[in-house]
Amino acid sequence: MGETGTANRTLPLEDMHKAAGARFGAFAGWSMPITYPAGVLKEHLHTRAHVGLFDISHMRLFEVKGPGAAAFLSRLCPLDAADLSLSQSKYTFFLTEEACIIDDLIVTRLADDRFIVVANAGNAAEDEAHMRRFLGGFDCTLEPLDRVFFAIQGPEAEAALARAGIDGSNLAFMHGTEPQPGWFMSRSGYTGEDGFEIALAEHDARQLAGKLLADERVQWVGLAARDSLRLEAGLCLHGQDIDKTTDPVAAGLMWAIAKPVREKGGFIGAEALAKKIAAGASEKRVGLKPEGRQPVRAGTLLFAEDGSAAGGVTSGGFGPSAGHPVAMGYVRTALARPGTHLIAEVRGTKVPVTISSLPFTPHRYRKG
Amino acid sequence: MATTYFTEDHEWLSVDGGVATVGITDYAQEQLGDLVFVELPEKGRSLAKGDAAVVVESVKAASDVYAPVDGEITDVNETLSSEPALVNTSPTENGWLWKMRLSDEGQLAGLMDEAAYKKLIS
Repeated sequence: MGETGTANRTLPLEDMHKAAGARFGAFAGWSMPITYPAGVLKEHLHTRAHVGLFDISHMRLFEVKGPGAAAFLSRLCPLDAADLSLSQSKYTFFLTEEACIIDDLIVTRLADDRFIVVANAGNAAEDEAHMRRFLGGFDCTLEPLDRVFFAIQGPEAEAALARAGIDGSNLAFMHGTEPQPGWFMSRSGYTGEDGFEIALAEHDARQLAGKLLADERVQWVGLAARDSLRLEAGLCLHGQDIDKTTDPVAAGLMWAIAKPVREKGGFIGAEALAKKIAAGASEKRVGLKPEGRQPVRAGTLLFAEDGSAAGGVTSGGFGPSAGHPVAMGYVRTALARPGTHLIAEVRGTKVPVTISSLPFTPHRYRKG
Repeated sequence: MATTYFTEDHEWLSVDGGVATVGITDYAQEQLGDLVFVELPEKGRSLAKGDAAVVVESVKAASDVYAPVDGEITDVNETLSSEPALVNTSPTENGWLWKMRLSDEGQLAGLMDEAAYKKLIS
């Protein structure tokens, strides 16, 4: 998560974060709350034990509507959008013609002819341009939605929402709905915990945040803990673990592309993807567990025990719930088996790392 | 009696009898956030002012701590190997980083006193 560049956009609820004592930093052009006074460790652990409230309004929602909406999304994503049941969500991608990943997204079907696409902040402009480039051929419209967007994550998320007057009990993991006009709510997240994401107008968002924060189980959690939570959960961050130079085969994300979709093709990148599947990946994304306490960060080079180049780290830090450093990266396929020992070179020191299966912290999703 | 000095890099030095104990300020630890690892230097290493002496790692990032003056490391705070969070909870006491014998006490004249440092961070 690059905390770099300048932030020229501020969150609609910035005043609330300031009042809560947030420390801000730049991310994807936005000034974002990185931590609150509790600090990243406590915020992380609180989310796993209770409920973390994240303001993720930097992320972009798009509504795709019209008789051609399903066909449009099935062309742009390796996805059979017409096959999604109502309220079903699916993790998918925009791919280049070379089958590399422009962005990873969640698509939810709200009606026969209406879908919500949730895209990453840093790629929102490119995603929109990409969609508009192909929109002309389909009978549907594209509308970016102007919403505040919350993630409410943790084992007590459903209970805390219930106390705030929102019933999420009928929503299964990876499903989305519109509980009120102008709201979009899905049971999903980026922490490995059960939880919800709710997009809503600013006025409603202020009310909801107030109600939720009145519940002692709920705390604001910043971007720093969002990153350590998703890393422990083995989830990719676009721009680090996946990007326009990586493909779903090497990234180990083929589970997101159903077999009939691969066989049928028809989506952008289908031909290149079929070739990559047939050839097999020369390197693979893996979990990495460094020995000892020293974190192994993104950009660190990895070597096999014989000293040959093995690959590199794409995300790395400390896992507060795991209790040890955690990382992920890409290594040569021959070295990708869990249990394989590698060496990370950190500022001249050789740190032993072991290939570890992901996630580091078991997922606790509520599957219907 | 020890005299305490501060640097623009948010370090403190407590100097007594030609030996400085060095750490980071409360402001610095707050900026860094929760520390999870401190990479300590070897005793006996000679440092020139501006050399990276220690690496402190928070959940998110690694940051260098620089030698504020020239000298030789006489001691390091080994407790931090198992309890890096001491730098957060007690930055100016139990969370000290290293001690060094100064080679040129004249360099201290270029550092700030507490009043000047407080002005810097206010």
